[in-house]
Amino acid sequence: MKRRTFFRASTALAAMTLAGAAFAADPIVVGAVAPKTGPLAGGAAVTHWPNIQLWVSEVNARGGLNVGGEQRMLEVIEYDDQTNPAETIKAVTRLAQQDNADIILSPYSTGLSLAAAPIFDRLGIPQITSSAATDQIDELAGQFPNLFFLLGRSAEIAGGAVEAMAKMRDAGEIGNRVALVNVADAFGIELVSAGKPALEAAGFEIVYETSYPLGTQDLSPIMKAAKDAEPDAFVAFSYPGDTFGLTEQAMIEGLDVGVFYTGVGTAFPSFAGRFGAAAEGIMGIGGVNASSETFLDYAARLEAETGSQPDYWASGQMYASLQILEAAIEATGTLDMAEVTQYIKDNSFETVMGTITFDDQNSSTGYWTAGQWQDGVFKGVASFGGLDGVVEPFVKAGWE
Amino acid sequence: MDIIITGLFLGGTYALIAMGLNLQYGVARIMNLANGEMLVVGAFTAFALYSGAAVSPFLTIFIVAPVAYLLNWLIYRIMLRPLVTRAKSRGMLEQDAILTTFGLSFVMVGLMIWVFGGDYFSYSYLARPVVLFGDNYGLNRLSAFIGAVILCTALYIWLNHSRAGMAIRAVAVSPKSARLVGIDVPKLSARAFALGGAVTAVGGAVISTFLTLDASTGVLFTMKALIIVIMGGVGDVRGTIVAALVLGVGETLVASLIDPGLTLATAYALFILILLFRPQGLFGRKSA
Repeated sequence: MKRRTFFRASTALAAMTLAGAAFAADPIVVGAVAPKTGPLAGGAAVTHWPNIQLWVSEVNARGGLNVGGEQRMLEVIEYDDQTNPAETIKAVTRLAQQDNADIILSPYSTGLSLAAAPIFDRLGIPQITSSAATDQIDELAGQFPNLFFLLGRSAEIAGGAVEAMAKMRDAGEIGNRVALVNVADAFGIELVSAGKPALEAAGFEIVYETSYPLGTQDLSPIMKAAKDAEPDAFVAFSYPGDTFGLTEQAMIEGLDVGVFYTGVGTAFPSFAGRFGAAAEGIMGIGGVNASSETFLDYAARLEAETGSQPDYWASGQMYASLQILEAAIEATGTLDMAEVTQYIKDNSFETVMGTITFDDQNSSTGYWTAGQWQDGVFKGVASFGGLDGVVEPFVKAGWE
Repeated sequence: MDIIITGLFLGGTYALIAMGLNLQYGVARIMNLANGEMLVVGAFTAFALYSGAAVSPFLTIFIVAPVAYLLNWLIYRIMLRPLVTRAKSRGMLEQDAILTTFGLSFVMVGLMIWVFGGDYFSYSYLARPVVLFGDNYGLNRLSAFIGAVILCTALYIWLNHSRAGMAIRAVAVSPKSARLVGIDVPKLSARAFALGGAVTAVGGAVISTFLTLDASTGVLFTMKALIIVIMGGVGDVRGTIVAALVLGVGETLVASLIDPGLTLATAYALFILILLFRPQGLFGRKSA
């Protein structure tokens, strides 16, 4: 599946008003690989693809990227990797060798991004991942010096949830009993193996614990068993389909907990769309600084351009990764990827998610770990690196 | 008690998923790997009508059914009839049908992404608790179960007590002999395939009230339907219903009493047991 999108045509008017040089210069070929089909297509359609569309149209409306004094338009080549790592690698190779892409964007999700890391490394292209959360950053940083992480470590993400819960428990708002559930897939296993010790270390008692296979169609036995264990908090490291399913079952069972935490998928706008007022107080992975003007402006622009709202976790990070790339190319004035990579390592960047700097392992020094639906917005309640705009979590009151 | 009811509800869902494939495979002899995609089409239509015009999914099925019937009839006439006429044996037809419908499933996924986008689709419909025997159940699951019961009963009665149904069963048992007693086998096969597609799409519309789907989820349902149809016996409605209920109750028992992580293992263990001891399926006939 291949689609060449000539944004030049749509922005021809804008380009004509610019200097003739803008026309003469070759376009910059941007390669993008991510799922359009397969199990992760739903997530990529929310978090990944709309940002590329917005970025390219905005850059081209400005007259293109300024590379060493020359204005050059962007032209995108998109490939569907079918959520299959082998296809991801093939597509990246093809972009580099046959399509002669000048820039190749990082693929979507932890698994696919890491699968492509060796090939990005071999090609010497900076890979700024915006949807990969892993605890292997230490090893990966040594192996692949071009690999950057915006989403952070899964231990910190699980830790953020525990931190927010501990805060509420210490204030006497919830009790000590936790039901812990995870999807038996890479993401769920990684988060639960970080989250369980963190919960225990914080003094929580795990009264119910289980995992379920990906694609389980009936989650009611889990919710019934969790309810029977009488927890004060319910924590699930789940995928979007299950996140919706677990939440609906909790409503049906009338699960009476002070903390209801699920994710991935809790931060999706469609989550609030489906559950409406019942979503109020539900916690999940991610979060944003809801009072940040830059974020709100970005959200409005994304919706106007693509018709799709950003999710409140990785969407903004995805757009930030494109802003970082853009800033590094314009500042160095070159498409020489070694120089661009070095610039990204050495500098900090103003993005829609605030100022982003990378540590010596190329991991972002500040990111959101847990959020909560408050007044129809998924606000960050815990962060790594002390971000601005953290709000206090509150106890979930019922399902009405 | 709540385990049995939850299991029966899940079984009802499975029956909705598998019934259409049973008609397509059992009567029209087409192993339709695009079956799950037809289910997702039904679900998306229900979603679009509910979120766009607030039409109840249970009314949507009256639109979905005839449209899906026509669509599947066309698919059969245009794409599959040539395979049927040129096939020298049943094995050859199965092979060709599997390859063709596998391709069709990709086309359908592509079309759905083009029309609806790749996003997750879910809406809240009847997500209210109802109390049965002192336990809470989702009203949407109860409605889906009732829908499955009505659909299966109607199909069963129609197949066993009407002239057209009897003809269809005759084709399922032996297409060659059916011809000898004056049954228009090609015409009936096309109708059975179309009916199977319509049943699947209706199942999708009903299931969409409680499952979150995206354009690529069809294959999961195809796999489940395949297991159920083969467990129950190809071409037998009773077999599909019983297999669906056995699977539903079995999975729920294991999930509730042992561990939810073992539901998939249970499904495949049951499948293997049946393949080992009754390869023709619970209600299937031994092939000659």
